[in-house]
Amino acid sequence: MAVPALARRGADDPSGPDDAAGAPDLHAPSPRSWRRAFGDIRQAIAQRELWGHLGWQDVKQRYRRSTIGPLWITISMAVTAAALGGLYSQLFGQPIGTFMPYVTVGFMIWYFISACVLEGTETFIANEGLIRFLPAPLMIYVFRTVWRQVLFFAHNLVVYVIVLAIFFPELTRPYQMVHPNGVVHPGLSWSALLAIPAFLLIVVNGLWVTLLFGIIATRFRDIPPVVSSFMQLFFTMTPIIWTTDLLRGGAPGSTKALVEWLAKLNPFYHFIEIFRAPLVGQVQSWTHWAVCGAITVIGWTLALVALRNYRSRVAYWV
Amino acid sequence: MVSIDVQNASVDFPIFDAKNRSLKKSVLGRAGGHITDAKVPVVEALRDIDLSLRQGDRVGLVGHNGAGKSTLLRLLAGIYEPTRGRTRIEGRVAPVFDLAVGMDPEISGLENILIRGLFLGMTRKEMERRVDEIADFTELGDYLSMPLRTYSTGMRVRLALGVVTSIDPEILILDEGIGAVDAAFLEKARDRLRDLVRRSGMLVFASHSDEFLVELCDTAIWMDTGVIREQGPLREVVSHYKGRDLFESLSPETLRRLDLGHETPPEKAPATAEPSDETVGSA
Repeated sequence: MAVPALARRGADDPSGPDDAAGAPDLHAPSPRSWRRAFGDIRQAIAQRELWGHLGWQDVKQRYRRSTIGPLWITISMAVTAAALGGLYSQLFGQPIGTFMPYVTVGFMIWYFISACVLEGTETFIANEGLIRFLPAPLMIYVFRTVWRQVLFFAHNLVVYVIVLAIFFPELTRPYQMVHPNGVVHPGLSWSALLAIPAFLLIVVNGLWVTLLFGIIATRFRDIPPVVSSFMQLFFTMTPIIWTTDLLRGGAPGSTKALVEWLAKLNPFYHFIEIFRAPLVGQVQSWTHWAVCGAITVIGWTLALVALRNYRSRVAYWV
Repeated sequence: MVSIDVQNASVDFPIFDAKNRSLKKSVLGRAGGHITDAKVPVVEALRDIDLSLRQGDRVGLVGHNGAGKSTLLRLLAGIYEPTRGRTRIEGRVAPVFDLAVGMDPEISGLENILIRGLFLGMTRKEMERRVDEIADFTELGDYLSMPLRTYSTGMRVRLALGVVTSIDPEILILDEGIGAVDAAFLEKARDRLRDLVRRSGMLVFASHSDEFLVELCDTAIWMDTGVIREQGPLREVVSHYKGRDLFESLSPETLRRLDLGHETPPEKAPATAEPSDETVGSA
């Protein structure tokens, strides 16, 4: 620019549009563009050292002054799994050897999913201080939140290993959750490895949930309490401490059949199923994968639209 | 090439929690931007900002409280994108705002250094190499392994300045509040900041301190109720703003140092050299 901008006088001068016309910033991309949205994601991925560190920090932070630290995560999961598994296996009259691993895995992955949803709604609100004072891609905070949950999840995985070691004999042969006419589950096999892609798919979904719910909740502060009460409801509605095997075989038109049909409308059911079934040697169904895949595509589409349109607004809303 | 271009930019804050604002409709005072009367009240923090900063610019920002200085700094740092208009920022920005925020009080100074560095685009390795240098500069010694909440304000300022000045940012953005350090450290920080500004691209600095402005800046922007009231050579703008000559209030010691300082004038790209550079030098 030939005219030194700083020599110009400010607002009382009808600051020349002729001057601005020559400025290179005409090509500055609009805040609402796909390029900026994907640029945000790309830059956040490049800064993985940052959110990786912040996520670890969060885990350590929660147990900073305790002696055994993050081990508490594992212990509390173990206690919950033992209590729920023990109690409900007796209530439903189910063999503890297969029911305990079932509840443990279900609760573990539920804990991950619900934390992604609940803390996802808070992700930008909780990082207000950083967002308002440091220029950084928004996705940093999304990755931080989900990565933290992955780390918690890794701690909980220890409980599964322990439960597996205890009940291995019961799980490796075919079994029924419901006697005498229940579904015969094949027992553990190498297909247990399907739990790995299943978990990755759940993480990918955790990311869009965090991003989308995070943006909405930052603008509308009523969302976090609403979401948290719905998650309570979903915990009961989702087969975690009960099994869908109990619902099978209702006569067409009966309440039981209706409830079984309703249970399948619950998106959480499918996500839990793709992860749990391989790990406890249950019958696996590709319909769950198909539903989860569809939700992933729809969810990410919505989240990307939200990122494109409201990325630059979040700093104003926090 | 380091540059910031701002074109017709406005920044409007929606205030979602002020529903009963209609009771006090005519709020349009000296403090703060204009507040509109829409369903969701909007604070027009900045209006029609046109600005073009280039390599070597050292700009002081003056104005009353609520005139939009901090908002402008955040606009220039890329934290806020303008509600209307455009900004284009080329170069690595390192902002230092309110020093208590953006740092975690529960973790140690060292970890805060690392996180701040990562935020400013450094890698962990690069930061680990610089930690000793920062520890040296901040003179915090063993305190660096203590949680940040045990630090005094001045110690936090030291830490924040230590990080920012160690990483060679291309665009340095400083908000007022770095006055909380003691004189001896100020001396050191000033030298380092001057050095940094000379090395790197650009400084934008909001301050009420005449001494700091004179030390670090050569041009100034006077913000008033969200618009740029005046823009030009430092002495001229600040004198208009304060209603008295800027250099009157300076201690003889500062003036002496300034004379020394101007034996080594800031390096500037010839294309962007402005006549305004000479004003301060002639003092």
